Amino acid sequence: MNTKFKPGDRVRVRSGSPPGHFRTPTYIQGKTGSVVAVHGAFRNPESLAYGGDGLPKQFLYLVCFDQTRIWNQYTASPQDTLFIDIYEHWLESA
Amino acid sequence: MPRIHDRGGWPAAGQINKTEHDLSMWEKRTDALVMLLASPTKRVLRVDELRRAIESLTPDAYEKLSYYERWITAVEALLIEKGVLTREEIDRKAESL
Repeated sequence: MNTKFKPGDRVRVRSGSPPGHFRTPTYIQGKTGSVVAVHGAFRNPESLAYGGDGLPKQFLYLVCFDQTRIWNQYTASPQDTLFIDIYEHWLESA
Repeated sequence: MPRIHDRGGWPAAGQINKTEHDLSMWEKRTDALVMLLASPTKRVLRVDELRRAIESLTPDAYEKLSYYERWITAVEALLIEKGVLTREEIDRKAESL
């Protein structure tokens, strides 16, 4: 199993609210950031939440975003960043 | 519109109360119950299911319930969903306390 992205890659978070449980908060959907690290492959919580086996495993990435690209009126330092873990099926190349 | 638990960026959320407080016995028991039900030897539920059940509370209930009240409400729903206990059994026990 190979990762789709590597550290340094620019990625965009997919948008959408599947009816069930998901771990990608709405505020980060549609935003573009950079992959920092690959945590590994883990069972998919969207399946585990309903008693499923969580397979196939999904790669989980640490992704970095500029705060100014997340919030419309961000008044703190433009250097501020946000690190967030996002599963591979929520990411696309940017 | 994000669901009730998905709160990042919500306006006027107010200050977060960061004062420490002691947990009451029922809160500790609720935590212990979840650890037991999710333990490798029991495997009755997963934390992912607990989160899903908490997120399935009505927005009104989600706002009114405290942290561990959400947990125990979710545990009750999951145990009924999984056929471990029935609503009647839980109600009967609650009335006898």
